[in-house]
Amino acid sequence: MVRFEGVGLRYRAIGRAGRSPEVLHDISFTLPDGVFRWLLGPSGAGKTSLLRLMYLAVAPSRGHLTVLGTDVSAAPRRALPRLRRRIGVVFQDFRLLPHLSAFDNVALPLRISGRPEGQVRADVTEMLRWVGLAKRIEAYPSQLSGGEQQRVAIARAVIARPSLLVADEPTGNLDDAQAERLMQLLHEMSRLGTTVVVATHNDRLVARHPAPALLLEHGRLTGHH
Amino acid sequence: MTSVSLRPSGFDELGLRRALSDRLLPFLVAAMAFLAALALAGWVGAASLAREWQAGSGSSLTVQVPRPGDPAQRDSGPKDAPPKDAPPRDASEGDSDKASGSAAGGTRIERTLSLLAGTPGIDTARRLSDAQLTDLLRPWLGAGAGRLDLPLPAVVAVRLSDPATDLDALARRLSAEVPGVLVESHGTWVGRLTALARSLQACAGLALLLVVGVAAAVVAVATRSGLSARRAAIEIVHGLGATDGYIAGRFAARATLLATIGGAAGALLALPVLVALAGLAAPFAGGSVPAEQGVIAFLAALPTPIWASLVALPAGAAAIGFVTAQGTVRRWLRRMP
Repeated sequence: MVRFEGVGLRYRAIGRAGRSPEVLHDISFTLPDGVFRWLLGPSGAGKTSLLRLMYLAVAPSRGHLTVLGTDVSAAPRRALPRLRRRIGVVFQDFRLLPHLSAFDNVALPLRISGRPEGQVRADVTEMLRWVGLAKRIEAYPSQLSGGEQQRVAIARAVIARPSLLVADEPTGNLDDAQAERLMQLLHEMSRLGTTVVVATHNDRLVARHPAPALLLEHGRLTGHH
Repeated sequence: MTSVSLRPSGFDELGLRRALSDRLLPFLVAAMAFLAALALAGWVGAASLAREWQAGSGSSLTVQVPRPGDPAQRDSGPKDAPPKDAPPRDASEGDSDKASGSAAGGTRIERTLSLLAGTPGIDTARRLSDAQLTDLLRPWLGAGAGRLDLPLPAVVAVRLSDPATDLDALARRLSAEVPGVLVESHGTWVGRLTALARSLQACAGLALLLVVGVAAAVVAVATRSGLSARRAAIEIVHGLGATDGYIAGRFAARATLLATIGGAAGALLALPVLVALAGLAAPFAGGSVPAEQGVIAFLAALPTPIWASLVALPAGAAAIGFVTAQGTVRRWLRRMP
C-alpha cells in the first residue's frame, strides 16, 4: 500500500540563499496493494519527483508518506535499505552501471540482498532470456542498443519480485512488440500483487491499456481516476 | 533473518578498482610506512639508549686518590704535590678488588678501598690498573703517558648496588679518612643524557603520531576522491537497497588492501636502512657489531622490537585504511536519504 497525505516536496537549495520553490504541493492519494496506475501529466508537472518520493530517493518536505506499510516520514534511516529492496525502479535513463555486464547489472539487486550465487545465476539467466537478451549476457551497456539497455533495466527492476514497481517512461526505447510484452509483464505482476505505477507521455499506450491514472499538473494532483 | 552475501569475490559493482587506483595510494602509504619505520626505530633506539645508560653508568662513580702509596693518616697533608720520596706505585695494587687494608695502618689507597668495601649500597670497588689509566690518558698525553712519571692519582671504579646511596655522605667520610680524595658521580651526566634520550623518544613518538595522522588523511582524501568519481554508481546501488555498511565495506576492503600493500612495501624499503642504523647504534646500546659480514648476520643484529615494528607496519597501515575508509564513506553517505 502506498499513501500520500498532504505531501509537499522542496529540493534542498545548494549554494543559494533562501528556500527553493516547492515542486509538489499537497499530494494526497492511496494505492492499495496490487493495483496498476498510470501517472500522467505534461512535462514539468512533477511526475519524476512523485516517483522519486515513491522509491525513497527523496524524503517529503511535509506531510506523511507511507510506502508498503512503512511510514517513511517517521522511519529511521537504517530501516530504509530493506524497504528499498522491495521496490523495483525502471529509470527513464536506464541507470545501468557501465563497468558491469548485462548479467551483473541484473544480478545486482539479488547480490545486495545476499541471495546465494546459485540462485542468482539461475534467476538472472532466466530473466535475461525472457527479455530476449540470452545471447547478450556478457555484453556491457556501451555494447547494447537503447532498446537492449532498457530491457536490461526492466530485468533489473523486476528480478527481485518487488512489491512496488515504479517505471518512468519504460517503453520510450522499445518497439511496439517489445512494449506490448512489457505491458503484459507489468499487468501480470500487478495481478500477482505488485503495485505498479507507470509514468508516460505515450497516449497510444495508455489507450491500448486502459487503467486508472494519477493526473499531475504544476505539482498538484488534479485527478485520480 | 540475517542473510550472508555470497557474491563473487571479484565482483566490483562500484568500479573501485579504477576509482581507488592501485598506484598512487599504495605509493603514498609506502612513503608513510617508511617514515613510520624510521620513527619507530628512533623510538626503540632512544628507549634502549636511555635504559642502557641508566643501568650502566647511572649507578657508577669514580674515586680519585692522590698519593695512593702514602700512609693513611687523618691529618690532611699537602695536596698540591706529592712528596719527592713517595714510593713508586706497586703494579700489583692494580687489581686488588675490595682490598681490605689494615684499616688505619695501610696506605691511602688501601684505606680508601677498605672504606668503600665497608659502605652499604656499594657493589664493587675496583682500582684501575696502570695500563687502564694510561689508556684513559692516551687521548691527552699520547701513547707514552706511562713513561712520563707523572704523579697520577689512583682511580677506583665503584659500582653501586643501590642507586639511592647518599654520595655526599660517602664523599665526606672518605675526605675525612683520606684527605684529598675526589668522588665523582656520573649520575648528573647520565641524568642529562637520559633526559636527552627520553626527549628523542618523545620526538620519535610525536613523529609517529604525525605519520599516522598524515596516512589517515591520505586515505581519507583518496576515499573522498573515489566517492566523487563513483557518485552515480553509489546512488544506484544505494537505491537498490544497499546499506551504508555494504557500501562502506566495499570502499574499506579496497582501501585496506591498498594500504596493506603500501605498508608492506614501506617496511621492506626501511629494512636495509634500519639494519645499517642498528649496526651504527649497537656499540652505544650495549650491543656489538656483528663479527660476520653477511646479510643474515646483519638481519640478526636488528633488535626484536624493531622486527616487531616492521611486521606490525602493514597491519597498522591496514587498520588505518579500514577505519578511515569506513568513517569517510559512512559520513558521506549520511547526506543521502
